[in-house]
Amino acid sequence: MLAYAVRRMLVSVPILVIATFVVFVMVSLSGDPLSELKTRNPPPPPRTLALEAHRLHLDEPVLARYWHWITGVLHGDFGPSVQSTQVIGPELAHRFLVTFRLIGVAMLLALVLAVLVGVVSAVKQYSATDYTFTFFGFLFLAMPSFWFAILLKEAGISFNDTVGNQVLFTIGDSSVYIEGGTWASIADVVGHMILPTISLALLSFAAWSRFQRASMLEVLNTDYVRLARAKGLRSGTVLTRHALRTALIPLVTVTALDLGAIISGAIVTENVYQWRGAGSFLLESIRHDDAYAVAGWLLIAATFIIAFNLAADLLYAVLDPRIRYA
Amino acid sequence: MTPVLEVADLRVEFRTDEGRVPAVRGVSFQLSRGEVLGIVGESGSGKSVTSLAMMGLLTGSSQVAGSVRLGDTELLGASDKELSRVRGQSIAMIFQDPMTSLNPVYPIGYQIVEAIRAHHDITRDAARSQAQRLLGVVSIPNPSERMNNYPHELSGGMRQRVVIAIAMANGPEVIIADEPTTALDVTVQAQILEALHTARVQTGAAMLLITHDLGVIAGQADRVLVMYAGRVVEAGTVEEIFYAPQMPYTLGLLGSQPRLDLRRQRLHPISGAPPSALHLPPGCPFAPRCPLAAPVCEADEPPLVATGTGGHLSACHFSDQLVGVAPGDLFRPISQDTPL
Amino acid sequence: MPDRELAVTQRSQAQLVARRFRRHRLAVVSLAVLLALVLLAFVGGWLWKYSVVDLTSDESVPPSWDHPFGTDAAGHDTFAQVLRGTQISIGIAVLGALVATVVGTVWGATAGYYGGRLDTVMMRIADLVLTLPFLAVAAVLGHNVGGSWWLIAAVIAGLYWAYVARVARGVVLSLREKEFVEAARAIGAGDARIIFRHLVPNAFGSIIVNATVLVAIAILLETALSYLGFGVRPPDTSLGLLVSDAQTAVDTRPWLFFFPGLFIILIALTINFIGDGLRDALDPQQTRVRR
Repeated sequence: MLAYAVRRMLVSVPILVIATFVVFVMVSLSGDPLSELKTRNPPPPPRTLALEAHRLHLDEPVLARYWHWITGVLHGDFGPSVQSTQVIGPELAHRFLVTFRLIGVAMLLALVLAVLVGVVSAVKQYSATDYTFTFFGFLFLAMPSFWFAILLKEAGISFNDTVGNQVLFTIGDSSVYIEGGTWASIADVVGHMILPTISLALLSFAAWSRFQRASMLEVLNTDYVRLARAKGLRSGTVLTRHALRTALIPLVTVTALDLGAIISGAIVTENVYQWRGAGSFLLESIRHDDAYAVAGWLLIAATFIIAFNLAADLLYAVLDPRIRYA
Repeated sequence: MTPVLEVADLRVEFRTDEGRVPAVRGVSFQLSRGEVLGIVGESGSGKSVTSLAMMGLLTGSSQVAGSVRLGDTELLGASDKELSRVRGQSIAMIFQDPMTSLNPVYPIGYQIVEAIRAHHDITRDAARSQAQRLLGVVSIPNPSERMNNYPHELSGGMRQRVVIAIAMANGPEVIIADEPTTALDVTVQAQILEALHTARVQTGAAMLLITHDLGVIAGQADRVLVMYAGRVVEAGTVEEIFYAPQMPYTLGLLGSQPRLDLRRQRLHPISGAPPSALHLPPGCPFAPRCPLAAPVCEADEPPLVATGTGGHLSACHFSDQLVGVAPGDLFRPISQDTPL
Repeated sequence: MPDRELAVTQRSQAQLVARRFRRHRLAVVSLAVLLALVLLAFVGGWLWKYSVVDLTSDESVPPSWDHPFGTDAAGHDTFAQVLRGTQISIGIAVLGALVATVVGTVWGATAGYYGGRLDTVMMRIADLVLTLPFLAVAAVLGHNVGGSWWLIAAVIAGLYWAYVARVARGVVLSLREKEFVEAARAIGAGDARIIFRHLVPNAFGSIIVNATVLVAIAILLETALSYLGFGVRPPDTSLGLLVSDAQTAVDTRPWLFFFPGLFIILIALTINFIGDGLRDALDPQQTRVRR
């Protein structure tokens, strides 16, 4: 299994290189990173422009720039940012930490809800409950994430107005200044997280609950569940030990495959709630034509996705004895 | 002999998008202690649905009516708690396809232990040694090593033995075997029948043997029910059914079966296909395929009534005309001799 | 004579599919609603008295007979804007899904049919695309290509083809060993003929269902992209852009926010239901038997 994991990691390296290369070239060709500087009034002296171009290696061909960047990354240097005050490496680390906090909690919430709803829907197939869950599942699947997030944000604001207190924060990932030590900061972070987490979780929840329902229905109709009941196991035991245990396995793969979509969702969510996370970092960097920053962002996001998928595949093998990786 | 299992007027209907489908239409029979009762019929005749309905294992939009009494207990309408006490303990079941009837994610030993501990308050170790003994009884080599195997690591025949071991784990009074050999290679079938025999002898259970293979019935059963389109169309001892069938359908079944004991023979199959349960003809459901069919057959569905001697029952308007008739007298042979 | 027989069976197959689809009432209703929406957007957009660029003297008025969806602060008629946005959003999504389906099907069918090293290389490329967070890459590409609608469609197709390729390859792999393919090979049919005359038509059901669902997904991606400012750009508009412009006005001028949002939901919802109905109709193994 370890050999398999290592091999998978090695195979991923070319994927990462190609992906970052393509994005790097796309961003490099899309605009002039110095355009902001050039349009300043009064115009900066040519010497400044030349220095800035040199700092960003713009005086070299794109291929050479990419080569500098990718070799630099191996030493922990993510290259010079167009925004000269920003050091890409540490900034990325900080931003992704914020985003992973959001993604992690949202995924957990979505998974728990999806399994619950999926199982109930399957067990009570064609009941009013099932139809209700199905309706909301389809509705959330059709709902644009940004629209729902904005709506939820407005709901949060009017909730705060009704309560007369800032319970739910609708702007930013945490307050700039907080009094009262660790607990107050934790409460502050949690308060900022509630609405974005719900926004982000609901989309995956909709897809996963549909999937879990289908998977559960399939398992409930198998002979081995029938045999488990024929053995005289109580229905609760059959449901959890035999049906759910097996029906959960495919959800592992689906969760991993959806990670990219969740990161996309996080970009939107952060934008709506004005978080300074990885998503807003990416959008800023694209707007600044900051090839180094965008490529760095993609490197980390893709590495994370690949690692998560690998972990999911390994977990699959643990959960399903029929799968063995050699 | 007192019956251990008594089924009276069992009816099962499914609700589908196309309408109600009557899958079982009034099945009644008794099973005596230690007896083997065979149920034969084509796919879709309601054999398997009957067995699932008896165990309360049908789900969803099925409606079950009638009565299934196991000893003093009425199983239809029993609560989940009561049913789970009876299932596995007094009445056990073996399914058709051993490739799908064991849970792929648990070792087989665990699945047997689970069956034992569902009904007996004993330690895991005690249950394990009992499970191991059961694996030996159904002739699985190296039981102690096999205990930790997952289903996918065993062949189909071995898996079916495990299912048999699970069925006999609690010494049930009745074992329902639903096509236990159909999904297996011919060479393995005999071994599985042997294991079934062992299970029956060791537990003293009566058995309901559901199959479409008349050869299996001839070798194993004491009495036979022939089912067609959700009903019992003929019932009797093996001798009565095989040598003096009183229903054209039974005769047709016998004529469709190649036999090894005859050097040259012609097969006389039944033409056509069974009717869809959705669109049953008003009269005898076999009438469209029956060479004896008369206008009365298309109008009235004949009841299952005593015919001849003893417990021989048949549902045919013309059962008395079938005395001494061979399949070849009634059904057209297929065009060529079947060399054997 | 044999031709006629074939025609008869084919029509009955189509009738069977239509019958099964009609039984899925929600899908039928959805189809009607979607068609009505498309007509409203593409025909109604022409006929409506205001165009997207018209500035009326009514500024920020709530819905009325004159302006069914109200107006924005500059005096644009929101109904006209939403219709134009629907045209653009549907156009992008349909074109994107169509191109993705064609490219993905050819890609996946080729990989699945030939197998071996070619399959490995081709699917690795598809996997590479699938590894990426689509919105992020679409934002990079969208920023690069500018705002014209067919380029946005190209960006969407450039990402989702990989998803179609996976599906098409799976179906082709399962069909490859079937007897009718053997038979075609036995009578000397070439690879291209086998792929496009025998494999792809048999995979048609899955491909159609996928393409349908893809349109809904593409609508959501396009609107998100335009919302973030990397998709359709002013002076043209899309449903996502309209929501983006209205996001600070939810409280004060809710009509600006709700109408484009509801249109997105309605389009995606009906397409998903239609996809569901098509799945039932085209994939008889998965038909709902209520047991």
